[in-house]
Amino acid sequence: MRAFAELLDRLSLTASRNAKLTLVRDYLATTPDPDRGWALAALTGELSFSAAKPAFIRKAVEERMDAILFRWSYDYVGDLAETVALVWPTRPGANREPELSEVVDALAGATRPEVQRLIEGWLDALTDPTARWALLKLMTGGLRVGVSSRLAKQACADLGGVAIGEVEEVWHALHAPYEDLFAWLEGHGTRPSPDAPGRFRPVMLAQAIDEAADFGRLDADAYAAEWKWDGIRIQAVSEAGVKRLYSRTGDDISGVFPDVVEALDFEGALDGELLVRREGVVAPFGDLQQRLNRKTVDAKMLRAYPAAIRAYDILALAGEDLRTLAFTERRARLEALVARLADPRIDLSPLQPFGTWAELAELRADPPPGDPQIAEGLMLKHLTSIYEAGRPKGPWFKWKRDPFLIDAVLMYAQRGHGMSSSFYSDYTFGVWTTGPEGERVLTPVGKAYFGFTDAELKQIDKFVRDNTLERFGPVRSVRAEPQMGLVFEVAFEGLQRSPRHKSGVAMRFPRISRLRWDKPPGEADELATLERMLDQMERR
Amino acid sequence: MIKPQDLLCPRPEGLYCAPGDFYIDPVRPVARAVVTHGHADHARAGHGAVLATPETLAIMGERYGADFAQTRQASPYGETVARDDVAVTLVPAGHVLGSAQAVVRWKGLTMVVSGDYKRRRDPTCAAFEPVPCDVFISEATFGLPVFRHPDDAGEIARLLRSVAQFPERTHMVGAYALGKAQRVIRLLREGGWDRPIYVHGALERLNRLYENHGVDLGPLLPATTDKKQDFAGAIVVGPPSALADRWGRRFNDPVLAFASGWMRVRARARQRGVELPLIISDHADWDELTATVDEIRPGELWITHGREEALARWAELAGIPARALALVGYEEEDEA
Repeated sequence: MRAFAELLDRLSLTASRNAKLTLVRDYLATTPDPDRGWALAALTGELSFSAAKPAFIRKAVEERMDAILFRWSYDYVGDLAETVALVWPTRPGANREPELSEVVDALAGATRPEVQRLIEGWLDALTDPTARWALLKLMTGGLRVGVSSRLAKQACADLGGVAIGEVEEVWHALHAPYEDLFAWLEGHGTRPSPDAPGRFRPVMLAQAIDEAADFGRLDADAYAAEWKWDGIRIQAVSEAGVKRLYSRTGDDISGVFPDVVEALDFEGALDGELLVRREGVVAPFGDLQQRLNRKTVDAKMLRAYPAAIRAYDILALAGEDLRTLAFTERRARLEALVARLADPRIDLSPLQPFGTWAELAELRADPPPGDPQIAEGLMLKHLTSIYEAGRPKGPWFKWKRDPFLIDAVLMYAQRGHGMSSSFYSDYTFGVWTTGPEGERVLTPVGKAYFGFTDAELKQIDKFVRDNTLERFGPVRSVRAEPQMGLVFEVAFEGLQRSPRHKSGVAMRFPRISRLRWDKPPGEADELATLERMLDQMERR
Repeated sequence: MIKPQDLLCPRPEGLYCAPGDFYIDPVRPVARAVVTHGHADHARAGHGAVLATPETLAIMGERYGADFAQTRQASPYGETVARDDVAVTLVPAGHVLGSAQAVVRWKGLTMVVSGDYKRRRDPTCAAFEPVPCDVFISEATFGLPVFRHPDDAGEIARLLRSVAQFPERTHMVGAYALGKAQRVIRLLREGGWDRPIYVHGALERLNRLYENHGVDLGPLLPATTDKKQDFAGAIVVGPPSALADRWGRRFNDPVLAFASGWMRVRARARQRGVELPLIISDHADWDELTATVDEIRPGELWITHGREEALARWAELAGIPARALALVGYEEEDEA
């Protein structure tokens, strides 16, 4: 339990992805089975206990200590699990510290009253508050230590020196505590069979096209083009009665999309985009967002935000693996399947015919009416390309639409994390609007923390330090007046109305595209400009 | 009937002893001061006369220059200085080098002003000695049940594990310049780290002073050189304020560590961008505070600074009359 606790403790305060990978990989390398397997299950979100409720834990601690002292402690710390872990008044005579696997085993067969006794006993046995914290995090679910299941799988791949696709491919055939996985990764076992029905297949990703270099050497006749839809990439699998919807990283998201899973009336695996679609018309990404990052979904949500698949590839059909077939052959099977299904919840991402690259460039700049108007850009796929996991160079390209641009004024700067913690590298920027007294004021419209070079970061950092108005912990407010301040050209992919933002708009994927040292802040954009952009997007 | 308030009472300048006409750790210049230890919020320059341990006088001289007060009187641990009918004895407090509790006796009444203190072993200073008394005046910097400092050797072991795990990065340890820095360095030596430790320039004079008082810090090198140097795998110690600032940028992909009792609370670590919190404190934690009060069992407990209300609540539940003095001017450790 101590090693697991130290791992969670470090992960929760580590920002760098590489450092997280090192922490997880080293833990897996030095911790014996079956503890490491249960830890991996916890990190990938595949371990959950329902019997331990926060309310019980609070009650248990209040039986042991003064309620007022507990309340003051909780007020100070702000997190219940952490507070209880810190203040827990241990009773002497407790057992030795439990191992992670003992905790998992004991909980598997325990009734609710038994669970409560077990937890109290473990809290007594764990003399280190960090270990108690880890136990409570594990019990109450949601580790929230900034580790995605993909990162955990990458750490496994690093441990074994294999590609992550190899781990992903077998992942859904495995069960915690994954002894067969570790035996394979450490070279004393064979690779587990990936042939579980309903498993995830590692996805194929596209390279961003380099307009200057690539179009000169690529043959327009050898590529198919289709619109790049603004939803989330999914894989829909239905095999031997197992129906699952996966995110592009292999997370099983079937639970929140029962409407889509129900439509998987075939035997095979599709690759496509998940979108919200009403009467055949694609809704903006914001609508889909309403259904993401939820644990459950209700009937009202299903009616208000109906989800559907726009399919663009097929990886398996009727027991046959199609990934080694050419794009055109897979496309033919896909078209036939979608036509046979005739279900509005699964339609086809149409190919966009074109003659020359120049012709396609015009289409991209001025998409035809309908759904393409809110597409993110175009996808180019080589007609002979096989379906290859990862991001191979050459077969698939994405050609994103040009971003929207505005000039905004730097208002607040915040220290970065990890490597950039000595720099003010997170910027809140604003545009002009009319204040309550009719005066011209800046209102924040977004936040960005990348898009600039290291040299530019140093310049901005110096500007922030030299022009600080006030400090609020790690945040500084910066001079932003019509004649004095720093203007950013901000690039973004879209706009949404947002009641949570004071300005009423929220940007998608904003980043700093240029520093406009030459431009007086007074000449930066107005909120009205953003509102006009928003109206145009909504009127399409 | 003599009341404790006749001997010591809070004033804006600090805790005042009327019968002896002196202040203890005054925050403003006064004619006569007893100083418990060398931290800047307790030991200020500009007093008329200062009574302190020889070590504390040396620290004040190092920080403020030799003329930090008009007259200086050294009172080694255990010696009693009497004037009129008030006797003052300085007794080890275990906080930093030279730190003392001020034991003040007058007409059969004994009051102990703890200054800042801790109870666990510290290789850089003398250990706290409990003194039976009528009134114990305690600090309460970590006076909340959430503050429970772990074993410091375990914290150092975590740091050394991290150095082994990330050999390409620089571990930068933020530690208060007086006391904490030297203790961390000493603990690293005890933990087996015998390679040079790089130190920020602000620590150099106090490091030398500690070494002159018999604390062996091992090989130290300046971390302030302008020459491009490879700090991969190195441990650097500097004041907390410098680490997250421009000074810290010279180091390779640093792991920011911070040695402080506040690191017990994760939000505090996160707020400062600390990646490796080291819970090492020179103040008593909740268990030490309550155990000390329980051990001394004073007739009354007064609480000077920190989280007075929680310790007062605990004392009441334990049947010890307690009151908060709410002295102003003492900072939270390492908050600057």
